[in-house]
Amino acid sequence: MGLELYLDLLSQPCRAVYIFARKNGIPFELRTVELLKGQHLSDAFAQVNPMKKVPALKDGDFTLTESVAILLYLMRKYKVPDYWYPQDLQACARVDEYLAWQHTTLRRNCLRALWHKVMLPVFLGEPVSPQMLAATLAELDETLQLLEDKFLQNKAFLIGSHISLADLVAITELMHPVGAGCQVFEGRPKLAAWRQRVEAAVGEDLFQEAHKVILKVKDSPPADPTIKQKLMPGLLAMIR
Amino acid sequence: MGLELYLDLMSQPSRAVYIFAKKNGIPFELRTVEVLKGQHLSKEFLQVNSLHRVPVLKDGDFILTESVAILIYLSIKYQTADYWYPPDLQARARVHEYLGWHADCIRGTFGVSLWTQVMAPLIGAQVPEEKVKRNRAIMDQALQQLEDKFLGDRAFLTGQQLTLADLMALEELMQPVALGYDLFEGRPRLAAWRGRVEAFLGAELCQEAHSPILSILEQAVKKTLPVPPPEAYPNMLLRIAKIP
Repeated sequence: MGLELYLDLLSQPCRAVYIFARKNGIPFELRTVELLKGQHLSDAFAQVNPMKKVPALKDGDFTLTESVAILLYLMRKYKVPDYWYPQDLQACARVDEYLAWQHTTLRRNCLRALWHKVMLPVFLGEPVSPQMLAATLAELDETLQLLEDKFLQNKAFLIGSHISLADLVAITELMHPVGAGCQVFEGRPKLAAWRQRVEAAVGEDLFQEAHKVILKVKDSPPADPTIKQKLMPGLLAMIR
Repeated sequence: MGLELYLDLMSQPSRAVYIFAKKNGIPFELRTVEVLKGQHLSKEFLQVNSLHRVPVLKDGDFILTESVAILIYLSIKYQTADYWYPPDLQARARVHEYLGWHADCIRGTFGVSLWTQVMAPLIGAQVPEEKVKRNRAIMDQALQQLEDKFLGDRAFLTGQQLTLADLMALEELMQPVALGYDLFEGRPRLAAWRGRVEAFLGAELCQEAHSPILSILEQAVKKTLPVPPPEAYPNMLLRIAKIP
């Protein structure tokens, strides 16, 4: 069996892995794990990832979880163009720095923005207090400012003049609040121009295809009660 | 100017960087940034890291933040022994897998007890008991996963040899230990792992790196800890409010 990727394009790290594999012509079998149907909680998927999280990679007997680990594994195994994760010591340190930073900041903020603004109230019928939503969006705003000031600055891409894993991981995160209807790029011309460059570098068609699910998530029908019951414990832990 | 490391040994990622550099004989100037004294908010430090966070590496003109990035940079630049950051495709992927999980489930959770027990009282703030209990439950859950999913029957977290993963994990776990929660008690496999990691790093180096955090409760009782300056309060209160 060749390379298998367990993904749901609803999830931002899954989109990064999907775009990376497709863009670099890496052949893989797509195994879709529908999070909103609770498929990640199934016994079958627990065999692949006991942590019950996507993305997961299976390459023969080797199973790997965590998106950054998967991206770096694919990058090394398939000898993709150097700019994704440059050989140069300082340039690759900059990618590592961004990937570490986003984990505890942008990742958390984008996820919470989507769930507090749309998924909890609309999909699960769980009201979110206006104070909590306001705090979540304020925190997101602060982090976006840091992304622009500290990482992007006046460069074409986050690390320099080429796209890297950092940009891919960042844009797929930002599309989460975009999907929730947040005006992420409004009043941020530098970030908006960067988004255009990243989309162009990835390819318009691939970018749109990968984001179809998240851009329509606002229109999801409400979850049925059994699904809701199944999803709630994991969700509460995730967006605490 | 050679390599400079801006660290506070009270901070777990700073300790990981410190131990790594010392253990590998990497020459560096230690620039201590005492967070309790608000030194991370100083204008001088702002020039080094506008995010006011330690650890930071300065190598000539090159400034790098984030402990994982710093550790990888040092391991490549100083060509440290392969086991730290193994070149083998699958072995390295395991290190990154751990570090990804660590960022989500360990980091942010194991540092809370320092805030609830020492930092908050220092500035007259209090963390609700309910949050303290929740933090303990989340820690216990993470420890279970650490033991079952990562350590398993292996000597170290990602295999038979110690890597950056073990160093990062140990330093986080030392935080609640120093605050009186002996999380190795009743977890023999994890306790044996700690023994192996500390033996590998060397008792002397571990003691040196851990002594500031291990004496923090005593210092708090004796009231010998520095009291943070007023300009540090807003950030500290925000950090305390964010405890889930």
